[in-house]
Amino acid sequence: MPTVGVKRDILFNALGRSYTDEEFDELCFEFGLELDEITSEKEIISREQGDSKASGASDVILYKIDVPANRYDLLCLEGLVRGLQVFKNKLEAPRYSRVSPTTGEVQRLIITKETAAVRPHAVAAVLRNITFTKERYDSFIELQEKLHQNVCRKRSLVAIGTHDLDTISGPFTYTAKPPGDISFKPLNQNKEYTASQLMSLYKTDSHLRHYLHIIEDKPVYPVIYDSNGVVLSMPPIINGDHSKISLTTKNVFIECTATDLTKAKIVLDVMVTMFSQYCSQPFTVEEAEVVYPDGKTCIYPELAYRKEKLTGEFINRKVGISEPTENIAQLLTRMCLLSQPTGAGDEIEVEIPPTRPDVIHACDIMEDAAIAYGFNNITRTTPRTYTVANQFPINKLTELLRQDLAAAGFTEALNFALCSQEDIADKLGKKISETRAVHISNPKTAEFQVARTSLLPGLLKTVAANRKMPLPLKLFEISDVVLKDETKDVGARNSRRFCAIYYNKSPGFEVIHGLLDRTMQLLEVKAAREQGYHIQAADDSTFFPGRCAEIFVHGKSVGRLGVLHPDVISRFELSMPCSALEMDIEPFLGHTAEALLTHDVPMRESIKHSLPRLGDSQQPLPAPPASTKTVFGDLKSQEGLKALNDFLADKSYMEGFVASQADASVFDAIPSTPTQTLQHLWR
Amino acid sequence: EALLQLVEKADGGVDSLDVASSIGVDHQVIVGAVKSLQSLGDVISAEQRSSKHWELTDEGTELAEQGSHEARVFGSIPLEGLPQSELMKLSFGKIGFSKAMSNKWIRVDKSHEGGPRIFRSNIQDQVREKLLLVRSGAQLEEKDKNELKKRKLLTEVTVKSYWITRGSSFSTTLTKQETELTPEMIATGSWKDRKFKPYNFEAMGVAPDCGHLHPLMKVRTQFRQIFLEMGFSEMPTNNFIESSFWNFDSLFQPQQHPARDQHDTFFLSDPALAHEFPQDYLERVKTVHSEGGYGSQGYKYDWKMEEAQKNILRTHTTAVSARMLYKLAQQEKFTPVKYFSIDRVFRNETLDATHLAEFHQIEGVVADYGLTLGDLMGVLHQFFTKLGITKLRFKPAYNPYTEPSMEVFSYHEGLKKWVEVGNSGVFRPEMLLPMGLPEDVSVIAWGLSLERPTMIKYGINNIRELVGHKVNLQMVYDSPICRLDS
Repeated sequence: MPTVGVKRDILFNALGRSYTDEEFDELCFEFGLELDEITSEKEIISREQGDSKASGASDVILYKIDVPANRYDLLCLEGLVRGLQVFKNKLEAPRYSRVSPTTGEVQRLIITKETAAVRPHAVAAVLRNITFTKERYDSFIELQEKLHQNVCRKRSLVAIGTHDLDTISGPFTYTAKPPGDISFKPLNQNKEYTASQLMSLYKTDSHLRHYLHIIEDKPVYPVIYDSNGVVLSMPPIINGDHSKISLTTKNVFIECTATDLTKAKIVLDVMVTMFSQYCSQPFTVEEAEVVYPDGKTCIYPELAYRKEKLTGEFINRKVGISEPTENIAQLLTRMCLLSQPTGAGDEIEVEIPPTRPDVIHACDIMEDAAIAYGFNNITRTTPRTYTVANQFPINKLTELLRQDLAAAGFTEALNFALCSQEDIADKLGKKISETRAVHISNPKTAEFQVARTSLLPGLLKTVAANRKMPLPLKLFEISDVVLKDETKDVGARNSRRFCAIYYNKSPGFEVIHGLLDRTMQLLEVKAAREQGYHIQAADDSTFFPGRCAEIFVHGKSVGRLGVLHPDVISRFELSMPCSALEMDIEPFLGHTAEALLTHDVPMRESIKHSLPRLGDSQQPLPAPPASTKTVFGDLKSQEGLKALNDFLADKSYMEGFVASQADASVFDAIPSTPTQTLQHLWR
Repeated sequence: EALLQLVEKADGGVDSLDVASSIGVDHQVIVGAVKSLQSLGDVISAEQRSSKHWELTDEGTELAEQGSHEARVFGSIPLEGLPQSELMKLSFGKIGFSKAMSNKWIRVDKSHEGGPRIFRSNIQDQVREKLLLVRSGAQLEEKDKNELKKRKLLTEVTVKSYWITRGSSFSTTLTKQETELTPEMIATGSWKDRKFKPYNFEAMGVAPDCGHLHPLMKVRTQFRQIFLEMGFSEMPTNNFIESSFWNFDSLFQPQQHPARDQHDTFFLSDPALAHEFPQDYLERVKTVHSEGGYGSQGYKYDWKMEEAQKNILRTHTTAVSARMLYKLAQQEKFTPVKYFSIDRVFRNETLDATHLAEFHQIEGVVADYGLTLGDLMGVLHQFFTKLGITKLRFKPAYNPYTEPSMEVFSYHEGLKKWVEVGNSGVFRPEMLLPMGLPEDVSVIAWGLSLERPTMIKYGINNIRELVGHKVNLQMVYDSPICRLDS
């Protein structure tokens, strides 16, 4: 969110009254701004560089105001004051107009085809007979900077150049040349440099070095010349010194070069609508003509007013109010959206000015009506939406299991999903290529190189950070790891794991083994080779040779347990023996969950929903599902219904205590009203 | 028991020192007996006293028996005198000589042949008399006491003793007290006749040997509970890897948006790109971004497939909401839904005491016909009331995929100011309509982080002490249960 700094007294002077800090804060809040900080230049310098540096600085009070990122029209004092004055009904929004030059020819900017390779677009305009003061001038420069940082995306999309028109003469040429062929005296330097020299000069410039990359590797650099070959600017880096504006500048030529034409037009419109206020004919902007390589010409600035029609009913219905059409038009007008009822029913015609490029849909207009009405004046209501809640099955299983693992004496840890390659590979005695890990391309530090493929490193690091705690340490975590999986749309999937460790003076394999037995008991899996679980010796470089076993459930491997290899223990900076268990828990979900677990992009097919909306009683009930077979047998048969009835004798719901999708599907599977004798089914 | 008999005889009580001397045992034995009797309850009452008296030091005792050094000097000098050198050879010679001289008991004839010779005058050994007086228990004048103390012949001794009187349950016979009830006592009924040692209720109990749940997860459980109470179904958020398409494009977040920058988002190098998209939907998303439609002007820029394909670590769970809403739109007939999720999201941010590269996002979504902004505020009111937060107000805000957007503020009684507690809004038609949702369906949503309320709840200032391996396990062990509304 951009922050605009304005001098309080100048702001209040422009607003025509003064406010207490609280009052102004309140006004900002209502309008969607935030009075972020009350400070002074002196305070800022003293905070950043120490009191000694701040001694001479100004202690004029500054308001730092946070502005929503899409409101470019509020990025300077002029815009803020205009917006707030119109909002407070103290001012009518000005009408911005584009005019032809009163004398002489229209300024022309000719784009050559070479620019296509680097920065193809340009727009321009002239502010005629402007009067700068120190404050206005500073604000003018500051607005360019704010636009550059925000909508211009650090000058990559658009760069603004402003010039004293009286020092240059059109027509201007926007072209692109090899860096060695461009030579000029840049702003605030006293000699000429070639473009290549400039690029190395600015390498160390704290401000400009951030923009060099935009053109650095291009064969040609963009440059604007006047008819005498004077360089206006080398966008998006620097302007020429020759045409720089000053407090005495009367006529300003503004050019915006861009890779995104839409944004360039927006930026130009914002610049001229904000500062044409200080022209001898306020809010008028002198047009400029841009000639494209194909000979086509365009007149800028666009300063387009767009008209939208919507109804008062639409606003009322979306916001949840019931204002007369007339009032809604007034609300919108207070947001600089000049509006009038058309007289046709509750239709309102809304005019979107060039200062409001953020308004792209009727919903944006609706929001402005709601802001003007006051969000906090809207009556809070409860939606009538009737729904039955379902838990996500894997999360439900996780929640239940966590509780019982803590009850088994283990403490829950919570570790990062991101870690270093070393954590999941080298330190565990594995190769990174074996891990199926996803890799991050832009990590700031090694801690964010990969997503974890095992929960074990996190638990070992937790122990390492808690060596002062009394032994034994018994920790567990149930969380997701990430594995590459080509069957998924993104090529990777999460896998829910359970990991536990026992850290003590003796390895305690029996403790971890006991925890496995307890976990299996909780998951209703018996100890049995075929129809249950068993463990059998396995080789794994993470574990001490001969001290590792693989866990099989119904014949399928789900994980491993064992005593950690001494090298693994030392690599995690630990000194005691340690046993560990890590296994998948998704295999224990049962088949009800399988459909919900997938993250494949859903196919364009209908999904039956069994719950009719409340009040939709006339709606026909959904068709019964194709199959009525469930775990209770076929519900079409009397035996099946009997089995379900018995099952429900002491239960209200199918799963747990919360009604779930499983209830709905069972309910659907019952073909018709059950007979009275099976009374438990009625619930 | 001998002590008890003595106590029984004495009416006003007895002093433990007297008891010791009368029974003829060391005083410490009596002190031990007093203490064990005290622990039995009110058999006796004993009040500690201390008395001071003067005692001779070892040197003092020697002097009291053999006379002071100076008297012994006097005694050792024969009538004919003694050479000074001889006198000095005696053990008491040096100290006794100067004292005897100042008392004028002896005199020195320095001119005597064979060196100075010492002759006796007359004597009165007051030191010995005074020491004998002290030994007999008599009192001396302060001046004398100090003089003798200075000469290390006397010392002041403090003796601690007990003044013992009968207690409320005084008895001369002792029954041994039991420490604990035993199965035998219960079986035989002997507990009825036994006396039990009282417990010290001031002491702490033995800490149970138990496991603990992580505080952040306890708070997560409560938030899940709240959503379930409100009828919200849980979304499948177990996909940390997401394509830019679902994370941004489907939410009408333009491709040049700063959030899509390398500085803010973790991109993947392997697998770098997502390959499968619902093609017709993707085309509609492309159109609404680049050209508009559905009543929108669009962003009017060159939308690139390559950007949408880029795999990232999801920056918000709203990516899953988008998938769920798309799925909902594919139903034959729209049905209203309420969804929630609480899961991890990732930001390539600079880390500090309150920011980590990953955190948990809490999200709620309601989709139905004709939802209003008032409905959103009402649902938020209900949700936050369940968190114990009742004073709410809403600030207009900006978010690329919601319009209107509202920041939720609550009044913090401690800080005496409004603080932001969440973000909310109504999903834009440019997001919903390309999915195929009916035009009159509105979707309201809100989000907040799980870490912030947890840090406030458990008084944690540094997020690293809460989340990740640097957690303080003692804090985990000690953290209370989580009730958000109290």
